Amino acid sequence: MTAAGAADPVVAAPAGTDARRAGKTLLWTCVVVLCLWVLGPIYLLLVNALTSPEAVTGWPKRFVPSFDLSSLSFFWNYQGVARALVNSILVAALTMILSLGIGAPAGYALARFRFRGKNVFRLLVLMTRAFPLPLLALPLAVFYIRVGLDDSVLGLALVHTTLALPFAILITFSLFMGIPVELEEAAWTLGCTRLQAFRKIVLPLAIPGIAASGVFAFVTSWNEVFAASVLTIQNQTLTAFLLTSLDVSPLPLKFAGALVLVVPALIFLFVVRKYLFSLWGIANR
Amino acid sequence: MNDARFLPYLLLLPATVFLIAFFLVPFTQVAVEAFTTAEGFSLGNFQTIGRDWKFVPAIRNTLLLTALIVPIQLALSLFMATLVTRIGRGRDIVLYVFTIPLGISDLAAGLIWLALLDQSGFLNTVLFNLGLIDGPQNLLSYQNVPALFAAIVIAEVWRATAIMLVILVAGMSLIPREYYEAAEVFGAGGWKRFTRITLPLLRSSLQTALILRTILAFEVFAVVIVLAGTNLPILMGETFAWQFGLQDREGAAAYAMIILAISVAFTLVFLIGLRDKAEART
Repeated sequence: MTAAGAADPVVAAPAGTDARRAGKTLLWTCVVVLCLWVLGPIYLLLVNALTSPEAVTGWPKRFVPSFDLSSLSFFWNYQGVARALVNSILVAALTMILSLGIGAPAGYALARFRFRGKNVFRLLVLMTRAFPLPLLALPLAVFYIRVGLDDSVLGLALVHTTLALPFAILITFSLFMGIPVELEEAAWTLGCTRLQAFRKIVLPLAIPGIAASGVFAFVTSWNEVFAASVLTIQNQTLTAFLLTSLDVSPLPLKFAGALVLVVPALIFLFVVRKYLFSLWGIANR
Repeated sequence: MNDARFLPYLLLLPATVFLIAFFLVPFTQVAVEAFTTAEGFSLGNFQTIGRDWKFVPAIRNTLLLTALIVPIQLALSLFMATLVTRIGRGRDIVLYVFTIPLGISDLAAGLIWLALLDQSGFLNTVLFNLGLIDGPQNLLSYQNVPALFAAIVIAEVWRATAIMLVILVAGMSLIPREYYEAAEVFGAGGWKRFTRITLPLLRSSLQTALILRTILAFEVFAVVIVLAGTNLPILMGETFAWQFGLQDREGAAAYAMIILAISVAFTLVFLIGLRDKAEART
Protein backbone atom coordinates (compact mmCIF):
# COMPACT_ATOMS: atom_id res chain seq x y z
CA MET A 1 0.00 0.00 0.00
CA THR A 2 2.81 2.37 0.83
CA ALA A 3 4.47 1.40 -2.41
CA ALA A 4 1.34 2.38 -4.32
CA GLY A 5 1.20 5.67 -2.38
CA ALA A 6 4.81 6.46 -3.22
CA ALA A 7 4.14 5.82 -6.88
CA ASP A 8 1.47 8.53 -6.92
CA PRO A 9 2.42 11.88 -8.44
CA VAL A 10 4.22 14.00 -5.85
CA VAL A 11 2.17 17.04 -6.84
CA ALA A 12 -0.79 15.82 -4.76
CA ALA A 13 -1.34 17.94 -1.69
CA PRO A 14 -0.48 16.30 1.68
CA ALA A 15 -4.14 16.41 2.72
CA GLY A 16 -5.09 14.59 -0.47
CA THR A 17 -2.64 11.73 0.07
CA ASP A 18 -3.85 11.40 3.65
CA ALA A 19 -7.42 11.06 2.48
CA ARG A 20 -6.36 8.62 -0.19
CA ARG A 21 -4.39 6.54 2.28
CA ALA A 22 -7.35 6.52 4.66
CA GLY A 23 -9.57 5.40 1.80
CA LYS A 24 -7.14 2.63 0.91
CA THR A 25 -7.02 1.45 4.53
CA LEU A 26 -10.81 1.41 4.71
CA LEU A 27 -11.01 -0.46 1.41
CA TRP A 28 -8.61 -3.16 2.52
CA THR A 29 -10.22 -3.43 5.95
CA CYS A 30 -13.54 -4.16 4.26
CA VAL A 31 -11.90 -6.66 1.90
CA VAL A 32 -10.16 -8.51 4.73
CA VAL A 33 -13.32 -8.61 6.86
CA LEU A 34 -15.33 -10.00 3.94
CA CYS A 35 -12.64 -12.58 3.15
CA LEU A 36 -12.72 -13.72 6.77
CA TRP A 37 -16.52 -13.88 6.60
CA VAL A 38 -16.23 -16.26 3.65
CA LEU A 39 -13.25 -18.31 4.80
CA GLY A 40 -13.86 -18.44 8.57
CA PRO A 41 -16.80 -20.88 8.50
CA ILE A 42 -14.99 -23.14 6.03
CA TYR A 43 -11.93 -23.16 8.29
CA LEU A 44 -14.07 -24.12 11.28
CA LEU A 45 -15.65 -26.94 9.30
CA LEU A 46 -12.13 -28.13 8.51
CA VAL A 47 -11.27 -28.01 12.21
CA ASN A 48 -14.31 -30.12 13.03
CA ALA A 49 -13.71 -32.64 10.26
CA LEU A 50 -10.06 -33.06 11.23
CA THR A 51 -10.61 -33.79 14.91
CA SER A 52 -11.68 -36.96 16.64
CA PRO A 53 -15.42 -37.68 16.94
CA GLU A 54 -15.19 -37.18 20.72
CA ALA A 55 -13.76 -33.68 20.29
CA VAL A 56 -16.44 -32.80 17.72
CA THR A 57 -19.24 -33.45 20.18
CA GLY A 58 -17.16 -32.28 23.15
CA TRP A 59 -17.14 -28.86 24.75
CA PRO A 60 -15.58 -26.27 24.87
CA LYS A 61 -14.09 -26.37 21.41
CA ARG A 62 -10.54 -25.83 20.28
CA PHE A 63 -10.01 -23.59 17.29
CA VAL A 64 -7.12 -25.50 15.76
CA PRO A 65 -7.44 -28.87 14.05
CA SER A 66 -5.68 -31.80 15.73
CA PHE A 67 -5.25 -33.50 12.33
CA ASP A 68 -6.97 -36.55 13.69
CA LEU A 69 -8.35 -38.48 10.74
CA SER A 70 -10.67 -40.71 12.76
CA SER A 71 -13.77 -38.61 11.90
CA LEU A 72 -13.02 -38.92 8.21
CA SER A 73 -12.25 -42.64 8.39
CA PHE A 74 -15.45 -43.14 10.44
CA PHE A 75 -17.30 -41.36 7.63
CA TRP A 76 -15.56 -43.37 4.93
CA ASN A 77 -16.39 -46.70 6.60
CA TYR A 78 -19.98 -45.76 7.37
CA GLN A 79 -22.51 -47.99 5.63
CA GLY A 80 -23.40 -46.59 2.20
CA VAL A 81 -20.95 -43.68 2.03
CA ALA A 82 -18.49 -45.11 -0.47
CA ARG A 83 -21.32 -46.09 -2.80
CA ALA A 84 -22.96 -42.67 -2.49
CA LEU A 85 -19.67 -41.01 -3.35
CA VAL A 86 -19.30 -43.15 -6.47
CA ASN A 87 -22.90 -42.38 -7.46
CA SER A 88 -22.34 -38.65 -7.02
CA ILE A 89 -19.32 -38.75 -9.30
CA LEU A 90 -21.13 -40.87 -11.91
CA VAL A 91 -24.21 -38.64 -11.99
CA ALA A 92 -22.11 -35.47 -12.18
CA ALA A 93 -19.91 -36.88 -14.96
CA LEU A 94 -22.96 -37.99 -16.94
CA THR A 95 -24.56 -34.59 -16.45
CA MET A 96 -21.41 -32.93 -17.72
CA ILE A 97 -21.27 -35.12 -20.84
CA LEU A 98 -24.98 -34.77 -21.60
CA SER A 99 -25.19 -31.01 -21.12
CA LEU A 100 -22.09 -30.38 -23.23
CA GLY A 101 -23.06 -32.88 -25.90
CA ILE A 102 -26.53 -31.39 -26.25
CA GLY A 103 -25.78 -27.80 -25.30
CA ALA A 104 -22.61 -26.99 -27.25
CA PRO A 105 -24.14 -27.67 -30.72
CA ALA A 106 -27.08 -25.45 -29.78
CA GLY A 107 -24.72 -22.73 -28.57
CA TYR A 108 -22.81 -22.94 -31.85
CA ALA A 109 -26.01 -22.72 -33.90
CA LEU A 110 -27.15 -19.64 -31.97
CA ALA A 111 -23.77 -17.96 -32.41
CA ARG A 112 -23.24 -18.66 -36.12
CA PHE A 113 -26.59 -18.79 -37.90
CA ARG A 114 -29.57 -16.56 -38.54
CA PHE A 115 -32.63 -18.70 -38.95
CA ARG A 116 -36.35 -18.72 -38.41
CA GLY A 117 -37.33 -19.87 -34.95
CA LYS A 118 -34.14 -18.67 -33.28
CA ASN A 119 -36.04 -16.42 -30.90
CA VAL A 120 -38.50 -19.16 -30.00
CA PHE A 121 -35.59 -21.38 -29.01
CA ARG A 122 -33.93 -18.62 -26.99
CA LEU A 123 -37.22 -18.01 -25.22
CA LEU A 124 -37.46 -21.71 -24.37
CA VAL A 125 -33.97 -21.61 -22.87
CA LEU A 126 -34.57 -18.40 -20.92
CA MET A 127 -37.95 -19.66 -19.71
CA THR A 128 -36.25 -22.39 -17.70
CA ARG A 129 -34.99 -19.62 -15.41
CA ALA A 130 -38.44 -18.78 -14.12
CA PHE A 131 -39.13 -22.39 -13.19
CA PRO A 132 -38.08 -24.19 -10.02
CA LEU A 133 -36.33 -26.97 -11.93
CA PRO A 134 -35.66 -29.45 -9.09
CA LEU A 135 -39.45 -29.92 -8.93
CA LEU A 136 -39.15 -31.81 -12.23
CA ALA A 137 -38.19 -34.76 -10.09
CA LEU A 138 -41.83 -35.20 -9.02
CA PRO A 139 -43.45 -36.02 -12.40
CA LEU A 140 -40.31 -37.73 -13.66
CA ALA A 141 -40.30 -40.11 -10.69
CA VAL A 142 -43.53 -41.62 -12.04
CA PHE A 143 -42.29 -41.67 -15.62
CA TYR A 144 -39.04 -43.36 -14.57
CA ILE A 145 -40.87 -46.18 -12.81
CA ARG A 146 -42.77 -46.82 -16.04
CA VAL A 147 -39.65 -46.94 -18.23
CA GLY A 148 -37.39 -48.64 -15.68
CA LEU A 149 -35.16 -45.64 -14.95
CA ASP A 150 -36.26 -45.33 -11.32
CA ASP A 151 -33.51 -45.12 -8.75
CA SER A 152 -30.92 -45.00 -11.52
CA VAL A 153 -27.84 -42.89 -12.11
CA LEU A 154 -28.96 -42.05 -15.64
CA GLY A 155 -32.43 -40.94 -14.55
CA LEU A 156 -31.03 -38.47 -12.04
CA ALA A 157 -28.39 -37.27 -14.50
CA LEU A 158 -31.17 -36.43 -16.98
CA VAL A 159 -32.87 -34.17 -14.40
CA HIS A 160 -29.55 -32.55 -13.52
CA THR A 161 -28.94 -31.99 -17.23
CA THR A 162 -32.14 -29.94 -17.36
CA LEU A 163 -30.63 -27.74 -14.66
CA ALA A 164 -27.24 -27.46 -16.34
CA LEU A 165 -28.28 -27.35 -20.01
CA PRO A 166 -29.55 -23.74 -20.21
CA PHE A 167 -26.26 -22.53 -18.73
CA ALA A 168 -24.25 -24.75 -21.06
CA ILE A 169 -26.13 -23.35 -24.07
CA LEU A 170 -25.70 -19.72 -23.00
CA ILE A 171 -22.04 -20.16 -22.07
CA THR A 172 -21.06 -21.93 -25.28
CA PHE A 173 -23.10 -19.35 -27.23
CA SER A 174 -21.07 -16.47 -25.82
CA LEU A 175 -17.90 -18.54 -26.21
CA PHE A 176 -18.46 -19.13 -29.95
CA MET A 177 -19.52 -15.51 -30.40
CA GLY A 178 -16.04 -14.55 -29.17
CA ILE A 179 -14.32 -16.57 -31.90
CA PRO A 180 -14.28 -14.55 -35.16
CA VAL A 181 -16.29 -16.19 -37.93
CA GLU A 182 -13.65 -14.89 -40.38
CA LEU A 183 -11.25 -17.56 -39.13
CA GLU A 184 -13.71 -20.23 -40.19
CA GLU A 185 -14.42 -18.53 -43.51
CA ALA A 186 -10.72 -18.39 -44.27
CA ALA A 187 -10.48 -22.13 -43.64
CA TRP A 188 -13.40 -22.77 -46.00
CA THR A 189 -11.77 -20.81 -48.81
CA LEU A 190 -8.63 -22.88 -48.27
CA GLY A 191 -10.65 -26.01 -48.93
CA CYS A 192 -11.80 -27.13 -45.51
CA THR A 193 -15.29 -28.51 -45.11
CA ARG A 194 -17.48 -27.03 -42.40
CA LEU A 195 -16.70 -29.91 -40.07
CA GLN A 196 -12.95 -29.74 -40.73
CA ALA A 197 -12.90 -26.00 -40.16
CA PHE A 198 -14.76 -26.47 -36.91
CA ARG A 199 -12.46 -29.25 -35.74
CA LYS A 200 -9.19 -27.61 -36.73
CA ILE A 201 -9.90 -23.91 -36.14
CA VAL A 202 -12.78 -23.36 -33.76
CA LEU A 203 -12.46 -26.32 -31.42
CA PRO A 204 -8.84 -25.70 -30.33
CA LEU A 205 -9.78 -22.11 -29.46
CA ALA A 206 -12.97 -23.11 -27.69
CA ILE A 207 -11.77 -26.16 -25.76
CA PRO A 208 -10.74 -24.36 -22.52
CA GLY A 209 -14.07 -22.54 -22.34
CA ILE A 210 -16.01 -25.70 -23.14
CA ALA A 211 -14.12 -27.50 -20.40
CA ALA A 212 -14.98 -24.68 -18.00
CA SER A 213 -18.66 -24.92 -18.82
CA GLY A 214 -18.39 -28.69 -18.29
CA VAL A 215 -17.03 -28.00 -14.83
CA PHE A 216 -20.00 -25.75 -14.05
CA ALA A 217 -22.33 -28.58 -15.09
CA PHE A 218 -20.41 -31.03 -12.90
CA VAL A 219 -20.63 -28.79 -9.84
CA THR A 220 -24.34 -28.10 -10.45
CA SER A 221 -25.06 -31.82 -10.33
CA TRP A 222 -22.63 -32.56 -7.49
CA ASN A 223 -24.38 -30.01 -5.26
CA GLU A 224 -28.01 -30.75 -6.11
CA VAL A 225 -30.04 -32.05 -3.17
CA PHE A 226 -33.80 -32.03 -3.79
CA ALA A 227 -34.10 -34.03 -7.04
CA ALA A 228 -31.38 -36.41 -5.87
CA SER A 229 -33.28 -37.11 -2.64
CA VAL A 230 -36.59 -37.64 -4.48
CA LEU A 231 -35.28 -39.85 -7.27
CA THR A 232 -32.75 -42.12 -5.58
CA ILE A 233 -33.38 -44.68 -2.86
CA GLN A 234 -30.77 -47.44 -3.10
CA ASN A 235 -28.49 -45.54 -5.47
CA GLN A 236 -28.32 -42.39 -3.37
CA THR A 237 -25.87 -39.64 -4.20
CA LEU A 238 -23.80 -38.13 -1.41
CA THR A 239 -26.14 -35.16 -0.97
CA ALA A 240 -29.21 -37.43 -0.87
CA PHE A 241 -27.47 -39.76 1.55
CA LEU A 242 -26.49 -36.94 3.92
CA LEU A 243 -29.93 -35.33 3.79
CA THR A 244 -31.98 -38.46 4.37
CA SER A 245 -29.71 -39.69 7.16
CA LEU A 246 -29.63 -36.34 8.99
CA ASP A 247 -31.82 -37.61 11.82
CA VAL A 248 -29.79 -40.74 12.45
CA SER A 249 -26.22 -39.72 11.67
CA PRO A 250 -23.96 -38.42 14.45
CA LEU A 251 -22.36 -34.97 14.20
CA PRO A 252 -18.84 -36.12 13.18
CA LEU A 253 -20.38 -37.92 10.21
CA LYS A 254 -22.23 -34.78 9.11
CA PHE A 255 -19.16 -32.56 9.27
CA ALA A 256 -16.89 -35.06 7.55
CA GLY A 257 -19.57 -35.42 4.87
CA ALA A 258 -19.82 -31.66 4.46
CA LEU A 259 -16.07 -31.42 3.99
CA VAL A 260 -16.10 -34.16 1.35
CA LEU A 261 -18.91 -32.25 -0.43
CA VAL A 262 -17.09 -28.91 -0.29
CA VAL A 263 -13.53 -29.79 -1.25
CA PRO A 264 -14.02 -30.99 -4.86
CA ALA A 265 -16.21 -28.00 -5.66
CA LEU A 266 -13.52 -25.65 -4.35
CA ILE A 267 -10.83 -27.29 -6.46
CA PHE A 268 -12.98 -27.18 -9.59
CA LEU A 269 -13.86 -23.55 -9.04
CA PHE A 270 -10.20 -22.73 -8.61
CA VAL A 271 -9.43 -24.38 -11.92
CA VAL A 272 -12.08 -22.41 -13.82
CA ARG A 273 -11.83 -19.12 -11.92
CA LYS A 274 -10.49 -17.40 -15.04
CA TYR A 275 -13.72 -18.18 -16.89
CA LEU A 276 -16.10 -17.49 -14.05
CA PHE A 277 -16.61 -13.84 -14.93
CA SER A 278 -15.78 -13.79 -18.62
CA LEU A 279 -18.11 -16.68 -19.47
CA TRP A 280 -20.50 -17.51 -16.67
CA GLY A 281 -21.12 -13.98 -15.50
CA ILE A 282 -21.59 -12.43 -18.91
CA ALA A 283 -23.48 -15.33 -20.46
CA ASN A 284 -26.02 -15.10 -17.69
CA ARG A 285 -26.88 -11.47 -18.07
CA MET B 1 -23.41 -25.09 -48.73
CA ASN B 2 -26.97 -26.19 -49.48
CA ASP B 3 -27.16 -28.08 -46.20
CA ALA B 4 -26.38 -24.85 -44.33
CA ARG B 5 -30.08 -24.06 -44.32
CA PHE B 6 -30.85 -27.14 -42.30
CA LEU B 7 -27.67 -27.25 -40.26
CA PRO B 8 -28.81 -24.88 -37.46
CA TYR B 9 -31.98 -26.90 -37.00
CA LEU B 10 -29.98 -30.10 -36.89
CA LEU B 11 -27.69 -28.61 -34.24
CA LEU B 12 -30.64 -27.37 -32.18
CA LEU B 13 -32.61 -30.58 -32.47
CA PRO B 14 -31.10 -32.47 -29.50
CA ALA B 15 -31.46 -29.50 -27.13
CA THR B 16 -35.01 -28.80 -28.29
CA VAL B 17 -36.10 -32.41 -27.96
CA PHE B 18 -34.46 -32.63 -24.55
CA LEU B 19 -36.07 -29.45 -23.22
CA ILE B 20 -39.49 -30.53 -24.48
CA ALA B 21 -39.16 -34.03 -23.02
CA PHE B 22 -37.58 -33.10 -19.69
CA PHE B 23 -38.88 -29.59 -19.10
CA LEU B 24 -42.15 -28.75 -20.86
CA VAL B 25 -43.82 -32.17 -20.70
CA PRO B 26 -43.03 -32.90 -17.02
CA PHE B 27 -44.18 -29.45 -15.91
CA THR B 28 -47.42 -29.94 -17.85
CA GLN B 29 -47.83 -33.33 -16.19
CA VAL B 30 -47.32 -31.94 -12.70
CA ALA B 31 -49.82 -29.16 -13.45
CA VAL B 32 -52.41 -31.67 -14.67
CA GLU B 33 -51.80 -33.85 -11.64
CA ALA B 34 -52.18 -30.94 -9.24
CA PHE B 35 -55.60 -30.02 -10.64
CA THR B 36 -56.91 -33.57 -10.98
CA THR B 37 -58.61 -35.76 -8.42
CA ALA B 38 -60.67 -38.93 -8.83
CA GLU B 39 -63.63 -36.77 -9.95
CA GLY B 40 -61.65 -35.08 -12.70
CA PHE B 41 -60.66 -31.40 -12.71
CA SER B 42 -60.83 -29.94 -9.20
CA LEU B 43 -59.08 -27.88 -6.60
CA GLY B 44 -59.38 -30.79 -4.18
CA ASN B 45 -55.62 -31.33 -3.87
CA PHE B 46 -55.14 -27.72 -2.84
CA GLN B 47 -57.90 -28.09 -0.27
CA THR B 48 -56.20 -31.23 1.03
CA ILE B 49 -52.84 -29.56 1.57
CA GLY B 50 -54.63 -26.41 2.82
CA ARG B 51 -56.16 -28.39 5.69
CA ASP B 52 -52.70 -29.28 6.97
CA TRP B 53 -51.55 -26.91 9.73
CA LYS B 54 -48.16 -26.56 8.05
CA PHE B 55 -49.61 -25.08 4.84
CA VAL B 56 -49.92 -21.43 5.84
CA PRO B 57 -46.67 -21.38 7.87
CA ALA B 58 -44.83 -22.95 4.91
CA ILE B 59 -45.94 -20.17 2.55
CA ARG B 60 -45.34 -17.47 5.16
CA ASN B 61 -41.89 -18.76 6.13
CA THR B 62 -40.72 -19.15 2.54
CA LEU B 63 -41.84 -15.65 1.56
CA LEU B 64 -40.45 -14.15 4.74
CA LEU B 65 -37.07 -15.85 4.27
CA THR B 66 -36.92 -14.61 0.67
CA ALA B 67 -37.87 -11.08 1.73
CA LEU B 68 -35.10 -11.12 4.35
CA ILE B 69 -32.39 -12.84 2.33
CA VAL B 70 -32.60 -11.35 -1.18
CA PRO B 71 -32.37 -7.63 -0.23
CA ILE B 72 -29.41 -8.30 2.09
CA GLN B 73 -27.71 -10.24 -0.70
CA LEU B 74 -28.42 -7.50 -3.22
CA ALA B 75 -26.87 -4.83 -1.00
CA LEU B 76 -23.92 -7.01 0.01
CA SER B 77 -23.14 -8.15 -3.53
CA LEU B 78 -23.28 -4.56 -4.82
CA PHE B 79 -20.95 -3.52 -2.01
CA MET B 80 -18.54 -6.39 -2.71
CA ALA B 81 -18.60 -5.75 -6.46
CA THR B 82 -17.83 -2.05 -5.92
CA LEU B 83 -14.96 -2.95 -3.58
CA VAL B 84 -13.54 -5.34 -6.16
CA THR B 85 -13.53 -2.74 -8.93
CA ARG B 86 -11.35 -0.48 -6.76
CA ILE B 87 -8.71 -3.11 -6.08
CA GLY B 88 -5.62 -2.99 -8.25
CA ARG B 89 -3.14 -5.68 -7.33
CA GLY B 90 -4.58 -8.76 -5.62
CA ARG B 91 -7.94 -8.40 -7.37
CA ASP B 92 -7.94 -11.95 -8.72
CA ILE B 93 -7.29 -13.61 -5.39
CA VAL B 94 -9.94 -11.49 -3.66
CA LEU B 95 -12.44 -12.38 -6.37
CA TYR B 96 -11.63 -16.06 -5.98
CA VAL B 97 -12.18 -15.91 -2.21
CA PHE B 98 -15.43 -13.97 -2.62
CA THR B 99 -16.80 -16.52 -5.07
CA ILE B 100 -15.81 -19.66 -3.14
CA PRO B 101 -19.36 -20.16 -1.75
CA LEU B 102 -20.58 -20.49 -5.35
CA GLY B 103 -19.31 -24.08 -5.28
CA ILE B 104 -20.96 -24.94 -1.97
CA SER B 105 -24.37 -26.60 -1.90
CA ASP B 106 -27.09 -25.43 0.46
CA LEU B 107 -26.76 -28.76 2.27
CA ALA B 108 -23.04 -28.23 2.90
CA ALA B 109 -23.66 -24.58 3.86
CA GLY B 110 -26.26 -25.72 6.39
CA LEU B 111 -23.81 -28.22 7.86
CA ILE B 112 -21.04 -25.61 7.99
CA TRP B 113 -23.23 -23.24 9.96
CA LEU B 114 -24.41 -26.12 12.13
CA ALA B 115 -20.77 -26.56 13.15
CA LEU B 116 -20.77 -22.96 14.31
CA LEU B 117 -24.21 -22.65 15.86
CA ASP B 118 -24.82 -26.12 17.30
CA GLN B 119 -24.94 -26.80 21.03
CA SER B 120 -21.34 -28.04 20.92
CA GLY B 121 -20.46 -25.48 18.25
CA PHE B 122 -17.88 -22.76 18.01
CA LEU B 123 -20.17 -19.82 18.76
CA ASN B 124 -21.06 -21.35 22.13
CA THR B 125 -17.37 -21.63 22.97
CA VAL B 126 -16.74 -18.02 21.98
CA LEU B 127 -19.68 -16.80 24.05
CA PHE B 128 -18.44 -18.90 26.99
CA ASN B 129 -14.90 -17.55 26.71
CA LEU B 130 -16.30 -14.03 26.68
CA GLY B 131 -18.14 -14.87 29.89
CA LEU B 132 -21.57 -14.32 28.35
CA ILE B 133 -22.91 -17.81 29.07
CA ASP B 134 -22.18 -20.40 31.77
CA GLY B 135 -22.40 -23.52 29.63
CA PRO B 136 -23.47 -24.81 26.23
CA GLN B 137 -26.77 -23.35 25.09
CA ASN B 138 -29.06 -24.83 22.49
CA LEU B 139 -29.08 -21.88 20.10
CA LEU B 140 -31.14 -23.70 17.47
CA SER B 141 -34.03 -24.73 19.70
CA TYR B 142 -37.36 -25.22 17.92
CA GLN B 143 -38.93 -22.93 20.51
CA ASN B 144 -36.76 -20.03 19.43
CA VAL B 145 -38.14 -19.30 15.97
CA PRO B 146 -36.39 -15.90 15.51
CA ALA B 147 -33.04 -17.58 16.18
CA LEU B 148 -33.80 -20.27 13.59
CA PHE B 149 -34.72 -17.59 11.07
CA ALA B 150 -31.54 -15.68 11.82
CA ALA B 151 -29.41 -18.81 11.41
CA ILE B 152 -30.99 -19.62 8.03
CA VAL B 153 -30.66 -16.04 6.80
CA ILE B 154 -26.98 -15.91 7.81
CA ALA B 155 -26.21 -19.26 6.17
CA GLU B 156 -28.00 -18.30 2.95
CA VAL B 157 -26.41 -14.85 2.78
CA TRP B 158 -23.04 -16.48 3.36
CA ARG B 159 -23.56 -19.09 0.66
CA ALA B 160 -25.58 -17.54 -2.12
CA THR B 161 -24.43 -13.93 -2.33
CA ALA B 162 -21.64 -15.09 -4.63
CA ILE B 163 -24.01 -15.93 -7.49
CA MET B 164 -25.24 -12.32 -7.56
CA LEU B 165 -21.70 -11.04 -7.15
CA VAL B 166 -20.46 -12.90 -10.24
CA ILE B 167 -23.25 -11.50 -12.41
CA LEU B 168 -22.79 -7.95 -11.07
CA VAL B 169 -18.99 -7.97 -11.39
CA ALA B 170 -19.31 -9.23 -14.98
CA GLY B 171 -21.89 -6.49 -15.65
CA MET B 172 -19.71 -3.77 -14.12
CA SER B 173 -16.76 -4.82 -16.26
CA LEU B 174 -18.83 -3.91 -19.32
CA ILE B 175 -19.35 -0.30 -18.18
CA PRO B 176 -16.86 1.95 -20.04
CA ARG B 177 -14.28 3.56 -17.74
CA GLU B 178 -14.68 6.85 -19.61
CA TYR B 179 -18.09 7.42 -18.05
CA TYR B 180 -16.55 7.46 -14.58
CA GLU B 181 -13.68 9.66 -15.66
CA ALA B 182 -16.08 12.14 -17.24
CA ALA B 183 -18.24 12.16 -14.12
CA GLU B 184 -15.18 12.74 -11.96
CA VAL B 185 -14.14 15.67 -14.13
CA PHE B 186 -17.55 17.21 -13.54
CA GLY B 187 -17.12 16.70 -9.81
CA ALA B 188 -19.46 13.78 -9.16
CA GLY B 189 -18.61 12.08 -5.85
CA GLY B 190 -18.34 8.35 -5.31
CA TRP B 191 -21.96 7.91 -4.23
CA LYS B 192 -23.26 9.97 -7.11
CA ARG B 193 -21.18 8.00 -9.61
CA PHE B 194 -22.62 4.82 -8.13
CA THR B 195 -26.27 5.89 -8.32
CA ARG B 196 -26.07 7.77 -11.65
CA ILE B 197 -23.71 5.55 -13.65
CA THR B 198 -23.27 2.13 -12.08
CA LEU B 199 -26.86 1.36 -11.12
CA PRO B 200 -28.58 2.47 -14.37
CA LEU B 201 -26.02 0.73 -16.58
CA LEU B 202 -26.19 -2.37 -14.44
CA ARG B 203 -29.92 -2.76 -14.88
CA SER B 204 -29.97 -5.90 -17.00
CA SER B 205 -27.40 -7.57 -14.74
CA LEU B 206 -29.42 -6.58 -11.68
CA GLN B 207 -32.53 -7.98 -13.30
CA THR B 208 -30.90 -11.32 -14.03
CA ALA B 209 -29.29 -11.53 -10.60
CA LEU B 210 -32.58 -10.76 -8.85
CA ILE B 211 -34.60 -13.23 -10.92
CA LEU B 212 -32.06 -16.02 -10.50
CA ARG B 213 -31.61 -15.44 -6.80
CA THR B 214 -35.32 -14.98 -5.96
CA ILE B 215 -36.31 -18.20 -7.75
CA LEU B 216 -33.56 -20.01 -5.86
CA ALA B 217 -34.73 -18.47 -2.60
CA PHE B 218 -38.21 -19.95 -3.13
CA GLU B 219 -36.48 -23.29 -3.59
CA VAL B 220 -34.70 -23.07 -0.23
CA PHE B 221 -34.61 -26.58 1.16
CA ALA B 222 -31.62 -28.40 2.63
CA VAL B 223 -30.24 -25.50 4.65
CA VAL B 224 -33.58 -25.22 6.48
CA ILE B 225 -33.82 -28.97 7.07
CA VAL B 226 -30.28 -29.04 8.49
CA LEU B 227 -30.56 -26.01 10.78
CA ALA B 228 -34.22 -26.13 11.81
CA GLY B 229 -35.31 -29.69 11.07
CA THR B 230 -38.98 -29.93 10.19
CA ASN B 231 -39.92 -27.43 12.89
CA LEU B 232 -39.86 -24.60 10.40
CA PRO B 233 -42.13 -25.59 7.50
CA ILE B 234 -41.10 -24.28 4.06
CA LEU B 235 -42.61 -24.96 0.64
CA MET B 236 -39.87 -27.23 -0.74
CA GLY B 237 -39.70 -29.13 2.55
CA GLU B 238 -43.47 -29.71 2.48
CA THR B 239 -43.33 -30.81 -1.16
CA PHE B 240 -40.69 -33.34 -0.17
CA ALA B 241 -42.72 -34.46 2.86
CA TRP B 242 -45.91 -35.01 0.82
CA GLN B 243 -44.03 -36.85 -1.91
CA PHE B 244 -41.92 -39.03 0.35
CA GLY B 245 -43.27 -39.10 3.89
CA LEU B 246 -46.99 -39.06 3.11
CA GLN B 247 -46.63 -40.77 -0.28
CA ASP B 248 -49.25 -38.35 -1.65
CA ARG B 249 -48.12 -37.34 -5.13
CA GLU B 250 -51.15 -35.15 -5.77
CA GLY B 251 -50.44 -33.13 -2.62
CA ALA B 252 -46.80 -32.74 -3.64
CA ALA B 253 -47.91 -31.66 -7.12
CA ALA B 254 -50.20 -29.02 -5.61
CA TYR B 255 -47.28 -27.66 -3.55
CA ALA B 256 -45.14 -27.68 -6.70
CA MET B 257 -47.79 -25.57 -8.45
CA ILE B 258 -47.69 -23.01 -5.63
CA ILE B 259 -43.89 -22.71 -5.85
CA LEU B 260 -44.14 -22.49 -9.62
CA ALA B 261 -46.83 -19.80 -9.45
CA ILE B 262 -44.91 -17.51 -7.10
CA SER B 263 -41.68 -18.08 -9.07
CA VAL B 264 -43.26 -17.09 -12.38
CA ALA B 265 -45.09 -14.18 -10.74
CA PHE B 266 -41.91 -12.74 -9.26
CA THR B 267 -40.00 -13.26 -12.52
CA LEU B 268 -42.64 -11.18 -14.30
CA VAL B 269 -42.45 -8.52 -11.58
CA PHE B 270 -38.69 -8.18 -12.09
CA LEU B 271 -38.98 -8.32 -15.89
CA ILE B 272 -41.55 -5.52 -15.96
CA GLY B 273 -40.28 -3.52 -12.99
CA LEU B 274 -36.69 -3.37 -14.25
CA ARG B 275 -37.52 -3.11 -17.94
CA ASP B 276 -34.96 -1.32 -20.06
CA LYS B 277 -36.68 1.42 -22.02
CA ALA B 278 -34.11 1.31 -24.80
CA GLU B 279 -34.48 -2.46 -25.00
CA ALA B 280 -38.25 -2.18 -25.26
CA ARG B 281 -37.89 -0.33 -28.55
CA THR B 282 -35.79 -2.94 -30.34
